[in-house]
Amino acid sequence: MTEAITTTTAAEPLLRVQGLKTYYPIRRGLLSRTVGNVKAVDDITLELYPGETLGLVGESGCGKSTIGRSIIRLENPTDGSIWFDGEDITKHSISDLRSVRPKMQMIFQDPFSSLNPRMRVGELLAEPMRVHGIVPDGELEKRIDWLLDMVGIPRSYKQRFPHEFSGGQRQRIGIARAISLNPKLIVCDEPVSALDVSIQAQILNLLKDLQKELGLTYLFIAHGLGAVKYISNRIAVMYLGKVVEIGTKEEIFANPRHPYTQALLNAYPVPEPRKRGQQRIVLQGDVPSPANPPSGCRFHTRCPFAQAICKEIEPQLEGGEHASACHYPLAAT
Amino acid sequence: MLLEIKDLKTVFKTEKGEVTSVDGVSIQVGKGETIGIVGESGCGKSVTSLSVMRLLGKNGRIKEGEVRFMGKDLAKLSESELRQMRGGEMAMIFQEPMTSLNPVFTVGNQLVEAIRLHSDLKGKAMEEYAIEMLKKVGIPRPDAIMKSFPHALSGGMRQRVMIAMALSCKPKLLIADEPTTALDVTIQAQILNLMKGLREEIGASIMLITHDLGVIAEMADKVVVMYAGQVVEETDVYTLFENPLHPYTQGLMKSIPHLHNDTGDTLESIPGAVPPLTNMPAGCRFHDRCAFASEKCQLDAPVFKPVTEGHSVRCWKAQEPEVWQLEPREEEAV
Repeated sequence: MTEAITTTTAAEPLLRVQGLKTYYPIRRGLLSRTVGNVKAVDDITLELYPGETLGLVGESGCGKSTIGRSIIRLENPTDGSIWFDGEDITKHSISDLRSVRPKMQMIFQDPFSSLNPRMRVGELLAEPMRVHGIVPDGELEKRIDWLLDMVGIPRSYKQRFPHEFSGGQRQRIGIARAISLNPKLIVCDEPVSALDVSIQAQILNLLKDLQKELGLTYLFIAHGLGAVKYISNRIAVMYLGKVVEIGTKEEIFANPRHPYTQALLNAYPVPEPRKRGQQRIVLQGDVPSPANPPSGCRFHTRCPFAQAICKEIEPQLEGGEHASACHYPLAAT
Repeated sequence: MLLEIKDLKTVFKTEKGEVTSVDGVSIQVGKGETIGIVGESGCGKSVTSLSVMRLLGKNGRIKEGEVRFMGKDLAKLSESELRQMRGGEMAMIFQEPMTSLNPVFTVGNQLVEAIRLHSDLKGKAMEEYAIEMLKKVGIPRPDAIMKSFPHALSGGMRQRVMIAMALSCKPKLLIADEPTTALDVTIQAQILNLMKGLREEIGASIMLITHDLGVIAEMADKVVVMYAGQVVEETDVYTLFENPLHPYTQGLMKSIPHLHNDTGDTLESIPGAVPPLTNMPAGCRFHDRCAFASEKCQLDAPVFKPVTEGHSVRCWKAQEPEVWQLEPREEEAV
């Protein structure tokens, strides 16, 4: 399966996730016995190459955020392995992780809850660099100025507190903190979902510029396909803990193979009133519970094309660079 | 006109004094018409709709202007008359259906209560009607759902229950404030389809408030664009998307990453951020973010007036294109 997802790049992947499973136990009763598992991430294999952006899309509960958190090791994976920068970090202890953490950073959806409200921006930026000894103390100020320049916040704002900033500016501060440690990988977990449309574009452009300038690799997690399309090189579509389709963004948008991908693309209202009502495959029902996923193909309960076999046998992710997990993949148009 | 909002000014008492959150907004909604109100957070779109329902809390009040609904001035109605009208002739659905459903009553209880207050039905008939409404909004197993509590339902189901409740009294006007924002896209598509179907069946007018231009394009007949408490552009949906005149509307259109045609290397964005209500810029409220702003824009606030039949805009440049320099000034670093 790993071979199935190689790209044209010959370089070694920066990140390789193999057979990753992250389950949350469901406990019940007086003795909190485990009576089942919420299979948030269920057997995922992914590779990320230096300098690329892999978009991870799917609806709520599909496990996309859990993957991000498992990679950074904010969650402990149940099974599988995570190789980062040539090192197997799956079993790293907290203290082992200290040397890896600066190289992998995360940007969160809500920058306000990830910034300490009692610290000034200057201190907020200095703290991680001091902890990890990124620059000598004497050069901290200079580095903070540089970071603020990079993310487009006036240097004079160093003395301000997080509540004095707008949502977009706070996200810029979150980004400055993430890049301050010279990371190789940044996991962006819905970084623009909480922002207004006009501000989203500013932040997406900033992320793109920083990637070019600093050679960053992004895992970009979002439910908004527009943002993902704009920023990603490749896209992985998730449904109920599984990757159902992965490929270059051009392929995914032009020739979606999995019926779920197609339905997802179709569900977005197009900002062109003359095209209204022309679509569309409207999926019926809700996403099933990840604690008790359907048998066979997990999408069969909502799939307009499901056949008898879909209930029985789980399809594997197949097809080389543009892979999909479907017994009856859609033909290219 | 079913609903006529005229020069509405809504203010809130805060620690820092009175702030004006809606400043001179006029909107007309005709019978059977769907009007979309679009704008970013803090532009006053929700407060406009809450002013219509007179749900402003104890700190908010309508300071000036009038809201006429079916000929009655809502500002002059007593609390009991208002209560009769809310949920009766005029219903509202909100972004987060969980917070608008009572967690300690079953879905059935809440639906039947609304029906009891606003219709002549009695006893068993109310219950049957409630089940019929649930069926209509596409809820499977309506008998079982009647006995469920809101927490047992998914987000999409809760929103369906809210819609069933709102429509159970056959309102003339449905106010929908970001009805699909909290939902996943595939569920959003279901709910939008449902609203379209019910609009045709019941013939209600809809006031649809959203920040999503895609939803507007899908649903609205007429669109009102709001910025910083004011209406900046108003026209029919086709003209708005094909020929937006206000630089803010133009900026909004360009900053959506498009799914089907490529947006290229950089996305256009609007520099800066929405001004705080306590500190509105002089002149045009958009001037410090506008690529076309001149000295006049900094000093004189433009008025809202039609430039062609059925297309009004609050912008000096759009109103006097012949005297205006049409080249955007060099964009400042963001």
